[in-house]
Amino acid sequence: MSSVAFNPEQGRPLHPFATFTLPLVAVFGGLLGFIGGQAAGLGPLEGFIFGAVIAAALAFGLTRFVAPRPGRWLATAICAALGFSAGGFPGALGGIILGALLGWAIYWLHRGDYRRGVPVYATSGQVLWHNSFKFICGAIFFFLIAPIITIIPLSFNAQNFFTFTPEMLALDPAGYSLKHYADFFSNDAWLQPLKNSLIIAPFATVISVTLGTLAAIGLSQSHVPGRRAIMAILISPMIVPLIISATGMFFFYSQMGLFMENYLGMSKTLTGYIKVILAHAALGVPFVIITVTATLVSFDQSLTRAAANMGANPVTTFFKIQMPLILPGVISGGLFAFITSFDEVVVVLFVGAAAQKTLPWQMFTGLREQISPTILAVATILVIVSITLLTVVEMLRRRSERLRGMSPG
Amino acid sequence: MTDATHGSAADKSVTTDPSGPMLAADGTPLKTSLNRALRKQKRRALFLIAPLLVFILVTFIYPIGEMLFRSVENQIVGDTLPRTVRVLADWDTEASDIPGPAVFSALAKDMMVATEEKNHTRLGSRLNYEASGLSSLFRKTGRGVDDVGEGYTEQFVALDPAWEDPQTFIDIFAGPRWLDANAEYDGEGPRPTFRLAAGIGEVLPQTASIYRDFARVVQTEDDDNPAEEEPWNTVYLALYEDLQAGAVIPADMAHADMLNAAQVAAASFTTTDVLADFVSFDKDWADRDVWRIIQTYSAPYTTGYFLNSADLQLTPDGVAWRPENERVYVTLFIRTLIMSTAITVSCILLGYPIGWLLANLPSRQANLLMILVLLPFWTSLLVRTSAWKVLLQDQGVINDLLVWIGVVADDNRLALINNATGTIISMTHILLPFMILPLYSVMKTIPPSYLRAAKSLGATNWTAFWRVYFPQSVPGIGAGSILVFILAIGYYITPEIVGGTKGVFISNRIAYHISTSLNWGLAAALGAILLVIVLGFYWAYDRIVGIDNVKLGG
Repeated sequence: MSSVAFNPEQGRPLHPFATFTLPLVAVFGGLLGFIGGQAAGLGPLEGFIFGAVIAAALAFGLTRFVAPRPGRWLATAICAALGFSAGGFPGALGGIILGALLGWAIYWLHRGDYRRGVPVYATSGQVLWHNSFKFICGAIFFFLIAPIITIIPLSFNAQNFFTFTPEMLALDPAGYSLKHYADFFSNDAWLQPLKNSLIIAPFATVISVTLGTLAAIGLSQSHVPGRRAIMAILISPMIVPLIISATGMFFFYSQMGLFMENYLGMSKTLTGYIKVILAHAALGVPFVIITVTATLVSFDQSLTRAAANMGANPVTTFFKIQMPLILPGVISGGLFAFITSFDEVVVVLFVGAAAQKTLPWQMFTGLREQISPTILAVATILVIVSITLLTVVEMLRRRSERLRGMSPG
Repeated sequence: MTDATHGSAADKSVTTDPSGPMLAADGTPLKTSLNRALRKQKRRALFLIAPLLVFILVTFIYPIGEMLFRSVENQIVGDTLPRTVRVLADWDTEASDIPGPAVFSALAKDMMVATEEKNHTRLGSRLNYEASGLSSLFRKTGRGVDDVGEGYTEQFVALDPAWEDPQTFIDIFAGPRWLDANAEYDGEGPRPTFRLAAGIGEVLPQTASIYRDFARVVQTEDDDNPAEEEPWNTVYLALYEDLQAGAVIPADMAHADMLNAAQVAAASFTTTDVLADFVSFDKDWADRDVWRIIQTYSAPYTTGYFLNSADLQLTPDGVAWRPENERVYVTLFIRTLIMSTAITVSCILLGYPIGWLLANLPSRQANLLMILVLLPFWTSLLVRTSAWKVLLQDQGVINDLLVWIGVVADDNRLALINNATGTIISMTHILLPFMILPLYSVMKTIPPSYLRAAKSLGATNWTAFWRVYFPQSVPGIGAGSILVFILAIGYYITPEIVGGTKGVFISNRIAYHISTSLNWGLAAALGAILLVIVLGFYWAYDRIVGIDNVKLGG
């Protein structure tokens, strides 16, 4: 085996067709046939044999007579036709997917594409390892993303089920509906929490960002007595387990709430909001400190001196010189603080009252008690929100890297 | 603070230094001038940090400190049963089986006050943590305690009907300041605080003390005027005891004649057995162990909660194991540690290949793939937890898929949720980005040429990886592992939803004690232990990685 490895031109078979491509394609086709057969109602062995035979025939025909690009289409079309004859429209869809996979596999194996990205002198074992490694990484990425992606179609389920119904798999429009979204936007049990989340998170963010940015600027000065200890205290809300923070805050804020109600004459609802906002602000602080401090590392302190030299007072210097330059860091810190508050459930569960029920709290109750598919609609909306936030943060990060003169990647 | 002391020391050294020829523009020595500038800079920095520091100290550090304090605090026993605790301290557990009559008499007064203020059930539940049955003991006693001492009331009234008149007691016990304030009270706002008459505490100490409690309870709990309420039976009991103890009644005291007459008559009063009264409420009052528990837990601070967290208990005979069927916490701590380790290991196994791939791909492709890592990182925790709840269910997508492929029989679906498996799978998914990001940032700094050099010197792929690449990536593994472990060990939401009973962590137990069982001291002790573990790892993290180097979102 190991003597065959040199192939200066891609596109010529490396290994004999009959002992390499054909059996591998047949096995792969057999596996696909097993899945397809399961869907079409064949037995496991029959499906496997059926798939292997079709794959072998296709491999033989395509590699001999057809160029790669049309060949892949042809394989897809043939499998689609087979799928259609077995299971109608959804069957055809399944056939397209299986056929595309099969077509790709045939040419990938036959033309030696699997050696791409591997040095020409690599042994077969190394090539095999390289491809297995890619496959493993693909599987891990699948593990990371699939759970999040899967709930998106499930949220359009017309039934109150948490799995794909036969109608959905058959792509029957009757299997899909927007009713869970309609429920979310009309049900007070969801709208009030949404409103609360939108009240609490921005206020908490403003507090953490204002105090956090000031403190980060202070921390970035060259002489700060006890910087390590101060940093440790300011980062602690991120390190202390949430349940412990929540327990501590539970006692503290219930006393503070009573004080505000009895001595300052505030209403119960107002004190409830204040309590949750302050608690969330404390939790958001570390994120602001970390991001803004990181931005300030690259900030040229001589700029403020230059501004002062030209007669600007510290406030002007801050707003005209320093702020615009560290703004990306401040904004991403703010986004982190916002998402921390928006996503937080343990502390609000302990500190807040029913009037301050936030969206995650409602989801938590829903998951624990009467699980309703509306949760999936909410989850989908939140996924879209997080994609938006991720995009913003990524753009800001690249902008600040560009400003620093690094490659944006 | 530090800069002020530092600055003044520097000042002194400058002024005493004879060789200071260098002068700044304004004529001051340069050293002084520079020191002043430095001091100003430090002050400015602290001034900027101060608001946030104060905010975090007040709203975060102080509450946690207060919570930790709760884990040793035990003032409820001494506050609810002050008299009993005082007398009980003298009880020699070896000399007698149960405490003497003085303790029962004190208990009658304390229980009367506690019952009226509805504190006795709280005390009962507190002591019930230590020995079951005490909760009902206190509840039952609370129902009957107002009859204790009734015999004395009747005998006092039989002696002189004026003893039945609330005004008699007001004349004897109330101080002039309260009398004036009470006369002016118009029904608005809180009633004036009751004050005893001067010197009465020396003459009739027991009675004065219980009567003051009576007046306070009548005013605050019932919002009534003590001058119109008949005193409790325990007040008469106390009066009898004071008179019997040989109180010397000054001649100028109000109703001195009545008191003197009563003192003479009291010698021949029929006595009631207070102990028998209590035993009639609940025979446990004659139980030596009950009294020893109360005595053991009467100190204002206790290690009891911490011992409970370790499945031990503080018994009158010292520290002992809890009964076999009540030992849960050691198991739970061990399970939390084992599961956190399992999650950390799965994260290393899954994160290492991804970190390697991202670090070795061209940056354009790496950035694209990085989005796949960051998307879960940015997605709401609740969304990811809901996704796993939906996927892992018996009738969920994964089981459906496995059944459909034929790997699993329909009637034998995998139990993936409500057990440790569910918790480990979903928390690995949730915490994986926290492993990948530090791994990636470390691997990015390892030059690929090292591997090539190793191979060109004859190393096999495996040797080159294991002897050259892997040791350099260890800091990344360390950083990621500690981060994941710290986060995992304190998780609450995900285990609560997908963990069932076998897959929950110590955090879930803490939450249970805070919101359901209301055993806050135990919750605080469990939290303190968890906090110490986490801070230990945090310290290690700071040592290895440095807290300043925490990076978010790559």
